[in-house]
Amino acid sequence: MTTKLKLTFPAQTATKPLSYHLVKDYDLTFNIFQARISPGLAGELAIEVTGSESNIKSGIEFLRSEGINVQHLSGSINHDSQSCVHCGACTAVCPSEALYMDENGRLAFDNELCVLCEYCIKTCPLSVLAIKYTE
Amino acid sequence: MTRTFDEINDKIRSGQVAVFTAEEVVAMAREQGVKKAFEKADVVTCATFGMMCSSGAFLNFGHSDRRIRMTDIRLNNVECSGGLAAVDTYIGGTQGSVDRPMEYGGAHVIEALIRGEKVRLEAKSYGTDCYPRKYAEAYIGLEDLNQAYLYNPRNGYQNYNAATNTSNREIYTYMGTLLPNCGNVTYSSAGELSPLLKDPHLRTIGMGTRIFLGGAQGRVVWEGTQYCRNVVEYEDGGYDFAGATIAVAGDMKQMNARYIRAAVMQKYGITMFVGLGIPMPVLDEDLMHDLSRPNSELYTQFVDYSTGKLAMPKLGRVSYAQLRSGSVELNGRMVRTSPLSSLFMAREIAALLKEWIQNGRFYLQQPVEMFPEKREFRPLNAKGE
Repeated sequence: MTTKLKLTFPAQTATKPLSYHLVKDYDLTFNIFQARISPGLAGELAIEVTGSESNIKSGIEFLRSEGINVQHLSGSINHDSQSCVHCGACTAVCPSEALYMDENGRLAFDNELCVLCEYCIKTCPLSVLAIKYTE
Repeated sequence: MTRTFDEINDKIRSGQVAVFTAEEVVAMAREQGVKKAFEKADVVTCATFGMMCSSGAFLNFGHSDRRIRMTDIRLNNVECSGGLAAVDTYIGGTQGSVDRPMEYGGAHVIEALIRGEKVRLEAKSYGTDCYPRKYAEAYIGLEDLNQAYLYNPRNGYQNYNAATNTSNREIYTYMGTLLPNCGNVTYSSAGELSPLLKDPHLRTIGMGTRIFLGGAQGRVVWEGTQYCRNVVEYEDGGYDFAGATIAVAGDMKQMNARYIRAAVMQKYGITMFVGLGIPMPVLDEDLMHDLSRPNSELYTQFVDYSTGKLAMPKLGRVSYAQLRSGSVELNGRMVRTSPLSSLFMAREIAALLKEWIQNGRFYLQQPVEMFPEKREFRPLNAKGE
């Protein structure tokens, strides 16, 4: 199976070879979408992980035991469709084309393509977009 | 055969009027020809729902006891114009609030008032014999104001640039975020639904035209600021119209906040989505020819927004059909296109206006004066950087 995760970790854990352990110990492959690591500050990593269900579960447990906060992408952009005017400004910055205009001129979202960059959230002129993470 | 405004209004009165949206007549003319479309349609509704920076509202607060001549006026911490009579003001839509200029501004105050919310008025003065009070504070809603009318000096742009960025860094503009090296294109027009693009010679739109403005019936009240009339002709024989704008006004007390929405463009500031609809009387076949032009025959130009110069570099023409397809070829590669004005909302307004006319709730107003065919577009000769 494949799942998308957002990892937030305190500065002191950023030095550990986490990816090495995920690959070697849990047989997981992953794709890094986003990495934001600031010196002395918490880091953020958005990844897509592929492997067996039990290995993913164990891998997540390992990450948590290392003090890393692990969140799953919920499955959709939290999009306040009552407030959205379907202008399309968010589609201009979406690198993976997960956000697009459908044939009826409405904003549409393909979760499979989302890479968790969150550019759309800052771009939305009405602030009606949010990515929903669950534990 | 021709039609007049009076004949069309008679038909509205008797419930016999035939109204179509601009998109519907595009399809009708394609299937049945322009002549047939002209015979069938009395009125064509056009609409747009885009961010229009040159927007704001005149408000009158009424007098307090004792009286004040307000010179320094704030609504929810947004500075308003104090240079009018004692308790009149103009609030500009793009004015950022004193404390949160990139998050909250005049457009938010206007939207809040239309939504029925109260806003905080704070006014100062130096005090005079006839206006002795020096400070006033109150929470006010639309119902407390004597007059509250939107007056937007420049709305409904006939046509607008397709924006791109040739520089090697990301730029943040009123046309949205433009990625480096022409990484994307944004555009802001309802295309074949757009009012001034469908009446390119302004044969039906002028001073006094009754319009849909923010959910109410408003008026075209003057030519828009920066109004000019450009017919851009291209080497390959194509052409497009650009430059005309309209000043519009309408009673905020009649408006619906669904059609006036405050907006924030990242690292640019505050602006306002304005819902605008204009019905076109189908006076003759020539006009139907213009009204039925499809997106594939309506053009704009790619413009480079990275220079900040008066003459922004133009990078060739593109049709609205191409822009709406989601990607266009630019400098030899396919580039993603994104709209900024809402087609979804424009369609809703065009359909609503059609319904109003069919139900006899909205009559067409013949302009009391047409706008000039020529108007020079002057630059500012500024000192310093």
